[in-house]
Amino acid sequence: MTLEKASFAMLSRVAESIYWMARYVERAENTARFIDVTLNVILDQPENTNQQWDPLVQTTGDVEFFREHYGDSTPENVLRFLTFDAEYPNSILSSLNAARENARTVREAISSEAWEQLNSFYHFVKRAASNGRLNGPAQIDFYQEVKQHSHLFNGILDATLPRGKGWHFANLGRLLERADKTSRILDVKYFTLLPNAYDVGTTLDDLQWSAVLRSVSAFEAFRKRYHTITVHRVVEFLVLDGRFPRAISFCVNWANDSVHQIVGSPLGAYRNEPEQRLGRLRAELVYADVDSIINRGLHEVVDDLQRQLNDVGSAIHETFFAMRPVEQIQATQVQQQYQ
Amino acid sequence: MPQDITFHDYQTEDYYDELFDAQGRPRPGAVLLAEKINSLPPGELAQRRDEIDRALLRMGITFTVYGDDEGTEKIFPFDVIPRIIEAYEWNHIEAGLKQRIAALNLFLNDIYHDQQIVHEGILPADLLEKAKSYRRQCEGLSPPRGIWCHITGTDLVRGGDGAIYVLEDNLRCPSGVSYVLQNRLVMKRSFPQVFEASRVRPVIDYPSRLYQTLTHLAREHVGEPTVVVLTPGIYNSAYYEHSFLAQQMGVELVEGRDLAVKDGFVYMRTTDGFERVDVIYRRIDDDFIDPQAFRKDSMLGVPGLMDVYRRGRVALANAPGTGVADDKVIYAFVPEMIRYYLNEEPILPNVPTYVCSREEDRNYVLANLDKLVVKAANEAGGYGMLVGPHSTKEQQYEFARLIANDPRNYIAQPTLALSRVPTVVGDKIEGRHVDLRPYILYGEDIWVLPGGLTRVALKKGSLVVNSSQGGGSKDTWVVAMNEQQIAESETPL
Repeated sequence: MTLEKASFAMLSRVAESIYWMARYVERAENTARFIDVTLNVILDQPENTNQQWDPLVQTTGDVEFFREHYGDSTPENVLRFLTFDAEYPNSILSSLNAARENARTVREAISSEAWEQLNSFYHFVKRAASNGRLNGPAQIDFYQEVKQHSHLFNGILDATLPRGKGWHFANLGRLLERADKTSRILDVKYFTLLPNAYDVGTTLDDLQWSAVLRSVSAFEAFRKRYHTITVHRVVEFLVLDGRFPRAISFCVNWANDSVHQIVGSPLGAYRNEPEQRLGRLRAELVYADVDSIINRGLHEVVDDLQRQLNDVGSAIHETFFAMRPVEQIQATQVQQQYQ
Repeated sequence: MPQDITFHDYQTEDYYDELFDAQGRPRPGAVLLAEKINSLPPGELAQRRDEIDRALLRMGITFTVYGDDEGTEKIFPFDVIPRIIEAYEWNHIEAGLKQRIAALNLFLNDIYHDQQIVHEGILPADLLEKAKSYRRQCEGLSPPRGIWCHITGTDLVRGGDGAIYVLEDNLRCPSGVSYVLQNRLVMKRSFPQVFEASRVRPVIDYPSRLYQTLTHLAREHVGEPTVVVLTPGIYNSAYYEHSFLAQQMGVELVEGRDLAVKDGFVYMRTTDGFERVDVIYRRIDDDFIDPQAFRKDSMLGVPGLMDVYRRGRVALANAPGTGVADDKVIYAFVPEMIRYYLNEEPILPNVPTYVCSREEDRNYVLANLDKLVVKAANEAGGYGMLVGPHSTKEQQYEFARLIANDPRNYIAQPTLALSRVPTVVGDKIEGRHVDLRPYILYGEDIWVLPGGLTRVALKKGSLVVNSSQGGGSKDTWVVAMNEQQIAESETPL
C-alpha cells in the first residue's frame, strides 16, 4: 500500500460541526437511556414515583431551569422537560435539532447515509413531539427507538466514513459526551442511593444498582465479569474498565487516540493542549484503583472528572475550531516547513 | 377503492403538449411511458408518488417555509410524469445553446475591454452605461482561459407555435441542477423498467463535468488544484444545492468566514492551519463577494478576494461582471451579438422583445399594455412585472407612467401560450404549463447537460413556475440516438 498524505486538512468550521453533531446525538441517546431505565424501575416499584424522577433532573445539571419552568418533579413534568421541551436546550428534541442543524451545515462532509439517518431520527422525534403526550407501552417503545436510531446513526458513521479527521472529530464528540453522562448518572445515583444505609445489600439496592448498569447497557457485561453487585464493583466497572465502551476510562482512552490521530502525533506524546490534557486524564484513570476513589469520595472524584472533561472540551475548541486571525498565516506556513 | 390514474381521459385542450400530439396520440418518445402508466394496477401510481415524496423528505431535499413558527420544511413538489424531448429536437436546442454561450462569452470579454460592439453601433452606448449589473471593477479584467460564464442555466419556453424560444440567460449563479440529479434518482428507483426501455440520456456525470470545468481554470503549474464551493450559508434557499454539489465533487463547501486573503493568495482555515485555495465556485452574487471591491456592508464575502483574482492567483466561476448579460434589455441584443461575434444566424430565437428605449417599440408597448408582459430590466423572480391580460386598468396606468419615466429600464414581450406536460393532480392527470432550464458548462469546450430542469406551474392555468409560487419540477428525459450512451437504471449515488 502506498502511503499518501495521512489525512487531509479539514475546515475548522466543518470539524466543529461534526464534533457537535456527534455530541448532540450522544446526548439525546443518553437522556433516552436515563428515562428508559427509570420507567422500567417504576414498573418494578410503583410507589413514590416522584422520588425516582427527581434524580433525572439532577443528572442534567439544569435543576434551576427545571424548578423555574416546571416546579415539582412529577413524572409528566420530568418527561416533558427531558423529551420534548423545545426551550430547554438539552431535551431530546432540542439535542436532535442541534445535531441536525450541525449536520446540515456539513452534509457534504459526512456520508449521505449518515445524514439521511439523522434526518429520519429528527423527524421521528419531531412527529412524536407534535403527537403530544406518550402513554404506557408507547412511552417505553419511544425511548427504545430513540436509542436504536442513535445506534443506527453511529453504526452508519462507523461503516461509511473514512477514518480521517471527520470521523475522529465525530468520535471525539461522542466519547467525551458519553464519559460525561456516565459520570453524571453514577454521581446522582450514588448520592441518592448511598445514604440509605438500610438498603445496602438488600434486594432494592440490587434493583437500583442494576438499573444504573442497565441505563448504560452495562448490566450483562458487568454480570459476566463480577456476577454479584456491590457498590465498589459498579464504580470500578463504570469508571475504570478499559474494555466496556460506555465506561469512562474506555471513552477517555479512545478519545485520546482520536485526538492523536487528528494531530498525527504518536500516543504517549503531545503537541497541543487537548492531547496533553486527554493523555494526562487517561493515565490517571489507567493507574487508578477503586478503593482510593471511594476513599477520596466518589462525588469529589466525579466532580474533578467533569471539570477535566470540560477543560478538554475548551482546549479542543481553542486548538481546532477557534478562528485564528489572518496575521497568523505566515507563522503557520513557517511551522509547516519545519514539520 | 384506489383511483385509476391513467391517460385515457387526458385532454391537450388546444395547447402544445410535450407528450401528446394534437390528435391526442403519444409522441414517439412517449409511447412506452403512456403504455406503462395506462397499464399500472389501480392505486399504483399514487402509491409511487407518495413513496417519492417520503424519499425526498428523508433525503432532506427541502426548503424552509418562512414566517412559520414551526419551521415547517416542505419538499420542492415533484411530479412523476416526466417531460420527454426527442433526440432531433434536443440536437437543435443543444446547438443553439452552445452558439449562444459562445457569443455571450465574447460579448462579456468585449464590453470589459474595447467595447467594439458599442463602437460599431450595434449596442447603443447608453444601454450599457445604464445596465445596473455592469461592473466597472471588471474593466480590463482577463479571467483565466478567457472564460467568463462557466456555468449557465438558460430558461427556454415553447410557444403555442411549437417553437422553442430563449426566455432569459442566467449567467450569475443559476440554481436548480441538484434537483435535476435528484429527480432522476427517484425516477430510476420508481420506474426502472420504463426508464430502461425509453433510452434516456444520463445526467449523472454533471458533478464530474463541473469539477473538470473548474480545475481547467487553475494556474498551469498547480498539480492538483484545491477547488471549493463558496456558499452564503445555511439560510440561503439554495444551500442544499451548494452542499450537494460540493459533496458530489468531493470538495470543501466554504463560507466567507472560512476564507482569508494574505500575501496575494486566498487561504481556507483548517484544523491544520491555513491551506491555499486555487478555484472558487462561488454561489454568492458579485455584490457580496468582496466588501473591499463591491458592497462594503457584505458579511458573506472575503475582503481582498478581487485583488487576488485580478492578479490571476485564484479563479472565480462565474467571473464577476457576468450579470450584465442578464439585463433584460441587453438580452434583447443577443441575436445581434451572435451575428456580430460569430457571423452566424441564431439557432434559437429570443422571445420577440420590445425595447422601450426605442421610440417605435415604446409607442407600440404603451398602446398594447393589456396584451403584453412588461418586465423591468434588472429585476428577477417575477418582480417589477405586468402581465397585461391579467392586469387592471390602474396597474396598466402605473406601468405606462413607469415606462415614460425610465424607458431604458423596461421591455415588453407578447404573452406566450406555454406548452404543457401531463401532470398528476389529485387523482387524475391534467395538462400543466412548463418551462425548461438546461445547464451549460464552459470549460475546455462547451457542454450541455442533456435535459435540464423542467419546472411546472402546478396551479391550473398558471404560467408561474417558481417554487415560491406553487411551482414544482419534473424529470426531463432526452431520448438517446443510437450511438449515444443511455442512463443505467441502477446507479448508486
